[in-house]
Order: sequence, then structure tokens, then C-alpha cells
Amino acid sequence: MEKRVTFKGIWLPLLLVLPQVVVSAVFFFYPAGQAIWQSLFIPDPFGLSMQYVGLGNFEYLLSNSYYRASFVTTAVFSVLVTAVSMGIALYLALLADRLIKGSGVYRTLLIWPYAVAPAVAGVLWLFMFNTRIGVVTWYLGLLGYDWNHVLNGGEAMGLVVVASSWGRISYNFLFFLAGLQAIPRSVIEAAAIDGAHFWTRIRTIVLPLLSPTTFFLLVVNIVYAFFETFGVIHTITSGGPQQSTTILVYKVYSDGFVGQDLGSSAAQSVILLVIVGLLTVVQFKFIERRVHY
Amino acid sequence: MNRNFALLATASTVLFSTPALAQTEIEFWHAFTGRLGELVAAQVETFNGSQSDYVVTASHKGNYSETLNAGIAAFRAGEQPDILMVFEVGTATMMAAKGAIKPVYETMADAGASFDPDGYIGSVKGYYTSSDGQMLSLPFNSSTPVLWVNRDALTAAGIDPDVDLSTWQKVGAVLDSLKAAGHACPLTTAWQSWIHLENLSAYHNVPFATKDNGFGGVDTELTFNGPVQVAHIQAMGDWARDGKFIYKGRRNEGGADFRAGTCALFTESSAGYAGIKSEATFAFDVRSLPYWDGTDGAPQNTIIGGASLWVMAGQSDEEYKGVAAFLNFLSSPEIQAKWHQDTGYLPITQAAADLTASQGFYDANPGTDIAVKQMTAKEPTGNSKGLRLGSFDQIRGIIDEELEAVWSGDKDAQTALDSAVARGNELLRRFEQANR
Repeated sequence: MEKRVTFKGIWLPLLLVLPQVVVSAVFFFYPAGQAIWQSLFIPDPFGLSMQYVGLGNFEYLLSNSYYRASFVTTAVFSVLVTAVSMGIALYLALLADRLIKGSGVYRTLLIWPYAVAPAVAGVLWLFMFNTRIGVVTWYLGLLGYDWNHVLNGGEAMGLVVVASSWGRISYNFLFFLAGLQAIPRSVIEAAAIDGAHFWTRIRTIVLPLLSPTTFFLLVVNIVYAFFETFGVIHTITSGGPQQSTTILVYKVYSDGFVGQDLGSSAAQSVILLVIVGLLTVVQFKFIERRVHY
Repeated sequence: MNRNFALLATASTVLFSTPALAQTEIEFWHAFTGRLGELVAAQVETFNGSQSDYVVTASHKGNYSETLNAGIAAFRAGEQPDILMVFEVGTATMMAAKGAIKPVYETMADAGASFDPDGYIGSVKGYYTSSDGQMLSLPFNSSTPVLWVNRDALTAAGIDPDVDLSTWQKVGAVLDSLKAAGHACPLTTAWQSWIHLENLSAYHNVPFATKDNGFGGVDTELTFNGPVQVAHIQAMGDWARDGKFIYKGRRNEGGADFRAGTCALFTESSAGYAGIKSEATFAFDVRSLPYWDGTDGAPQNTIIGGASLWVMAGQSDEEYKGVAAFLNFLSSPEIQAKWHQDTGYLPITQAAADLTASQGFYDANPGTDIAVKQMTAKEPTGNSKGLRLGSFDQIRGIIDEELEAVWSGDKDAQTALDSAVARGNELLRRFEQANR
């Protein structure tokens, strides 16, 4: 039987949820409402006139093959960023979890990249892979590989994925390490005594017990890849070469702030809103069922 | 106590607001940092020191796009500056915003300021002048593309550094020799759309867009997929495939390579002069932008890039008088000549060009007059007056994408330019609809 705590009056609970409601209303519902409203118009940039076009902005966008291609680019980018940053973070966390000496230093150093803003991370990686003076480009050149992300779409995608994942590894690492340390030693030791090898223990005990952390990180990382990687893309590739790194959020910026097409930009924000909502529902409905708390 | 407070407040208002009443403040938002920022600050200081009626306050608002967006946002909030710097590709956006701006000719006339539009260089002011000849914004910093040559690189490849590079055919032959001599970067460029499509079209007197490149109305359509442009982009694409043209990026990334001596030839703005002069450790030359020999009417004149100053609507008459005085100050021969010589930007008036010549600047700095000559050699035609296209910053982005497809060999020139035209036209129709 579920045990419910109930309030006697109506005012106290209302008062308690009020701050949350106000914050949501001011910082979420109001701007989201504005975006939905604006997406129905084609305004001029200075706000001198507006023309109602109904769903015209959405029609315009969805009939554009370059916009549709941007969905695929975004999917590829998000999956890669999430997989790379979570995979490496889990690997490092497993190693750090086994450390006995010096684990504090190791952990602290691994967390540092998280403090670097995406745009700065973008510039750092761009320097390393700069086609003229980049250190990595130079070493690759010695190996006979001609690195040129300015023209090669695959290399450009690889570079923005690595730059976006880098700082994220620290964040994921923290959560994974905390999750690992919450797993009772006794369970693992019992398995070891029963003859389970390291990898068997990871597969059958550690990963299932880690699944709430993994699920949380999955949601958070996908949202990160969708929205917060703008700085990295803007500094490294500006969406190019051709359109190979133009993710949806970059196109919102490009239409809104380069093209001053606020109607299209607002419509894209609404589409993004719907996508992220859907993704979150899917994640909670289907993936969470397989998570053991 | 309340009365005392009120008295005090009145007294302080009277005491402290007197200087503000005497001097009208003019807000000026610009996009310059570093050396250019210092030079703008110096101009403003000179103006403020030269009279006591007005105080110009200059503020840096980020790069060109950011400054334009700051101006737009400020206008929507009713907090717009008196003067806003807008880059040349934002011209159509500003022009279409009839209620947001006050054309320069109108500002001058209303303020009763002396203003002679004929004193300005035709190909500079043409970009910012309406089709009936009225100046809408004041040209501020203007440059035009030229060919920069690393003379030492040519010598090292066994080529006479004084070789004729006036046509692309001759440049092609030099690229062959450089490549044969093992040079890693015979040619690179900055601002590919501006130089290799916009200026290419004007220079060969072919239209970039219908309706006189958009000067005749917002119902314009792009036409830069014509034979002249396709032939040029195909030639560049072939050079890229053969390693003779090395693509470095959408903006002026190639500049670092040229200044470091990595690249032999470099197409870039004439305003690259200051940077190249201070960094290059090799002998360099500036030449006219090459043209394709055999094209009718080539070379016509090249067009400008840079920014102009727009007067924003909704200010007091007193402020507009100050704006007119400041704009006249900026156009005066001494200020213009100094700006031209310090920055490498073009002079906006003939008087400033003449003053620079009489001061012996061109003799002391050979090549600095090439850009002026290239711009003013012929009277501009409908194809070479400039461009007035909505959403043009974003259309340049599309052109960048399609050109990258040519440089990487994914598309041939015709396919890429056809696609750029189709995609750009969609944006033009959006712009037309937004400004109906």
C-alpha cells in the first residue's frame, strides 16, 4: 500500500509550489508561448509589421530538403556524442573505482574539462586540428594522413563530436563513479568468490545496478547534444563544410540571427520543443521500464 | 522633511543636468575592435573636441552581425542608437525597414547641413544609394578585393616576380609553374562569395541578380549561375582538384597562410594591407583582381565590401542636427584621408583621394592606389553598382556551402551554382513576403 502525506488546507501546498510555478511560467511557458505565437507569422526584423501565415512557416521548413537532412545530421551527432562521452566516462569510472592510491588526484583531474565552456572547448580543439598550425594535423601529416576538416564532412563531424564529448566525459564520469561506489562491495565479492571474472561481474552485476545512473545520463546527454553544443559547432565549423555539421539548433540561430527570419526561427524552436518532448516521453515510457532502481 | 527633500532633488537636478542640457548626446554603435576600434575612438574624440554642442558616444557592439542584431533588438525595445554601423550585406534589410531608419539625405536636409552627394566616389556611395540617386546611409569603411602576391615564392619557383597577373588565364599559367615547382599552396582566397562570385560578376559586367542586382525591387532573383560565373568556378574547382587552389575556410582564414608565407597568391580585400605589411617577412605586391580575358566588358569595376552608417528613426531634431554634423565631419577630406591611409580602406570622397595623393602617400606606399583605380576605372553599370539582396548574409552561407561542394569535387560548378541560386531564391521570397 502506498502511503500518502496529505495537507489539511489548500493554501499551504499552493504556497509551496508557487516558486516552481512562477519560475516555470516566467522562464518556460512565457517564452515557449511566444515562440508558438511567432511561428504563425512572418514578421519583419524590426517588428514594424507581421503577416499571419498560419502553418506556412512549418510547411516552408518541412518541404525544404536541407532542413529535413538536418534531422539526420542531428540524430547522428547526438547519438555519437552520447555514445562517445558515456562510453569513455564509464570506462574511466570503472578504472577509477579500482584505484586505491591517488584516486583523489585522478578524479579531480578528470573533472577539470567540465569547467571549460563549449565555445572555448571548440576553440581549443580547433587549434589542435587547425589545417595549418594544428599539432594533431601535423602528426597526422607525418603518418601520411592529410587532415582537412574544412572540406571533409566526415572529419568535420568527427571533430565536433570529439570537442562536444570532451567536457561531457567529466560530467558523466562523476555520475558513473558515484553510481559505482554505491554498489555494495559484498555483492561483487560474492560473485568473485563464485568464480565470476572481471568482465562477467561488470556485465551481470555492475551494469544492471548502474542502470538508473545510465538512464539519467542518457536523457541529460541527448538534451545536451541537442541544445548546448551550439558553441562548439559555431566556433569550429559554422555548420560546414556544405551542411555536414548543421544540427537543428544551429539552423535556428542561422535563420534567426544571420537571416533575421524570425518566423522560420520560431517555427524551428517549436519543432525542437516537440522533438525533445517526444524523446523524453519515449525514454521514460520504454527505456525506464528496463531500469532497476 | 519631505519639502526639504523635494528642494534638494530640484536643486541637484538643476545643478547636475546643466551640462547635459547644453550638449546633446549622440549614440554611435559600431563593430570595430583592436586597431580599427582605436582609430574610430580617435575620430570621435576629435569630433567631440572640435565643437561644444554635441557629444558622440561610441560603443562597440560585437562583430558586424552582432551589431546589426543589437540595433534591431534595441529598436524593438525603443532604445535604438542615433547611428548604427551595418555591414554592406545588411543594406537591403535596413532599406526595407522604412519606419526604423532615417535616410542620410533626409537627415542632412532636415538639419540644414551642407551636403554634396556628388563629392562622394560613385562606386562607393552607389552601394548605399537608392535607384533614384538619394544617399540612404553614409559609407564608412569600404574595401574591394585585390590580388596579393608573394614575390619571394614566385622567385623561388623560378618565375619572374614581375610576371603579368592581370588575367585569370595568366594566373592559371603561373599556378601551373608553381605546382610544377612543388609549391604546396599556389593560390588561396578569403571571402569566396564576395570575391569569386559577387565581384566576379560586377567585374565582368554580368548580373548577379535580376532587377539591377536587387536595386530595382525586392522581387529580384539570383542569376549568378550564368556562363561567366560557371566557367570561373569550374576553373577554380579544377585548380582545387589539382592542388593549385587551396581552400582554407569561409572567412579570411587564408590570410594567416599568406602572411606566414605558405601561399603564393591570395585574393583578399584591399584592407588586408595593414596586416600583411606588419606581418609578412617576404617581399609582397598588390595587383588588380584578375579577369577573364575575352569576356565582353571586362574589366568593368569591382564592388565594395565593408560597412556604412545608418541613422535610426525616432530621435529628436536636436540629435539629428548632431548626427548631420558628425557625418559631415567624417566625410571631411582630412579625416577621410587619414582613415584611408591608416586602414587601407577606400576614401569615400574624391577630395580625400586627391588629398592623399598630394600628400605623397601613394608614392611612398606603392600599390595602395590599385584598389581605388580598380573601383573607379569605369562608371558603374547596373551590374556593378553593388548588391541589394535581402537575407544576403544567409545567402552567402548557402553559396559557401555549395562552393565547398565544388572545391571538394562533390559537385560540378553548374550543379552547385544552380542549387545555390534555387536555395537563395527561396530566402529572397521569404524576405519579399516579410517586407511586403
